Amino acid sequence: MTPLDQMLLWFELYSLQERYISVLDNDQLEAWPELFTADGHYEIVPKENADAGLPMGIIYCNNQGMMRDRILSTREANLYEPQTYRHLVSGLIITPTDQGMVKMSANYVVIRTNQEGDSIIYQAGRYEDQVINTAEGWRYRSKRAIYDTLRVPTLMAIPV
Amino acid sequence: MGHHDLHQAELPPLAIQFPRSDGSRVPYEVFSSPAIYEREQERIYRGPTWNFVALDVEISQPGDFKSTYVGDTPVVVTRTPDGSLAAWVNRCAHRGAKLCTLPRGNATSHACLYHQWNFDSRGNLTGIPFRRGQKQMAGMPPDFDMKAHGLQKLRVDSYGGLIFASFSDTVAALPDYIGNEMRPWIDRIMHKPIVYLGCTRQFVNANWKLYFENVKDPYHASLLHLFHTTFNILRVGMKARSLPDAGHGLHSIITATRIEDDNSSAAYTAQDIRSMNEGFHLEDESVLGYVHEYEEATTNHIQSIFPQLVLQQIHNSLVARQLLPKAPDQFELVFHFFGYADDTPELRELRIKQANLVGPAGYISMEDGYATELVQRGSLREGKSSSVLDMGLSQPDQQDTLITESLIRRFWTGYQALMAL
Repeated sequence: MTPLDQMLLWFELYSLQERYISVLDNDQLEAWPELFTADGHYEIVPKENADAGLPMGIIYCNNQGMMRDRILSTREANLYEPQTYRHLVSGLIITPTDQGMVKMSANYVVIRTNQEGDSIIYQAGRYEDQVINTAEGWRYRSKRAIYDTLRVPTLMAIPV
Repeated sequence: MGHHDLHQAELPPLAIQFPRSDGSRVPYEVFSSPAIYEREQERIYRGPTWNFVALDVEISQPGDFKSTYVGDTPVVVTRTPDGSLAAWVNRCAHRGAKLCTLPRGNATSHACLYHQWNFDSRGNLTGIPFRRGQKQMAGMPPDFDMKAHGLQKLRVDSYGGLIFASFSDTVAALPDYIGNEMRPWIDRIMHKPIVYLGCTRQFVNANWKLYFENVKDPYHASLLHLFHTTFNILRVGMKARSLPDAGHGLHSIITATRIEDDNSSAAYTAQDIRSMNEGFHLEDESVLGYVHEYEEATTNHIQSIFPQLVLQQIHNSLVARQLLPKAPDQFELVFHFFGYADDTPELRELRIKQANLVGPAGYISMEDGYATELVQRGSLREGKSSSVLDMGLSQPDQQDTLITESLIRRFWTGYQALMAL
């Protein structure tokens, strides 16, 4: 891969990441599962478990249908204070592998604002992702949000 | 543990009145008063109670330790070299520094970083730098008694793989404290070796007792948590229980069980969940799967052992929730997830998947923290007003129902006795 190819790939994946946080931060939650492959995995796990090799987290989806269920439940079933996320993502590192899959990692911070306008640093963490190129473009085959902010404030209604 | 065991020294009265003696009216100031919070630390967490601190399997090896809390007091629970358990206040006996600064680990000794005073895993003082001085300069006094300067120790015991600690010398033995009514329900869950699967934590801006009310409140389940209703998931033929312990009434168990069960069938799957044809549907109902693991096909087992434990089985999700007060208007929940050592890979996967049901992002639990915060916010300036807990009041002995506030009333009468209110 030439340096130019590497740069283009980095920009393509950076665009995927920008698209990802845009749908979550701008109330387009129904578009969120579409950024994954049909058999994609998504999970949110605390760093203390990830570091210890323990599996438990707070959201776990092992296919796109489960992700659509999560969004439908967020929209229709669960009760929570209206809120907005703003993701700040930095430090994107990409590592192409031989099988056409690319590993990605990046830092994230989510600032959550409630309906009275109070903003808190809701969660800091890192993404550990695997993406593949499909007919529709780059899609997540796996996304793990590993969070440092171990005590989740009040609840989590929207994926990070 | 009966009421007589709750007796402690007389205290000056607080100007807080419970309008009725049956626990059905609770003045809101008990959820925000600093004086109440202070008294709780002394009379509950440092009083005649056993406080859940860890699962046995979290500290299975000699030297393993875990930092945690009894009330808001930092404590460390350890596995000593001979395999027994110990617990001590996490405060150096020298100058009061927090001694153990790691959340977990393995160590045969614990040295304070300030002056390197050294303690063994039981909390005994084993070493003081320059104790005998240096170059004819005096060290510690010759009569300084090492044995008298160990860490402040707690009693510690385990039941069914659950470790509890107590500051009290007078509290009943742990099995008696848990009581005859509650022990079989712990035995039901903890009947074979378990494996620790990790913990998650939730921080809520509300008083800890609002959460204790919540886990004794089967009435809210289908009203606050709309997941089943929204997705038209029929739960036909549920048998319910709402049982307090027979003594102080501070512990309780709530269960919901399918009654049309065939106990011989090995496994229930998502096909058992019938949906109607209209409205919203889950694409993947496996999150509500149920593998039959117990004699009775109970889908919900919510058991509170006062004051720090809620033992939970929801479908195949197994959790020991630790409830920790942080301030009058703050508490933390630590969800200790576990499975059984003989889980099949499929069953283990189901337990991980069903973490979606519980905890801060749980389909049928995320509202609980929010609801307690709404009470905290709504009642802050209404300290002399009271909540109304009359559901099921006319039939106090009815236990085969979820439409009742009887367990909350029992909690408050036990709480008043313990707190001398």
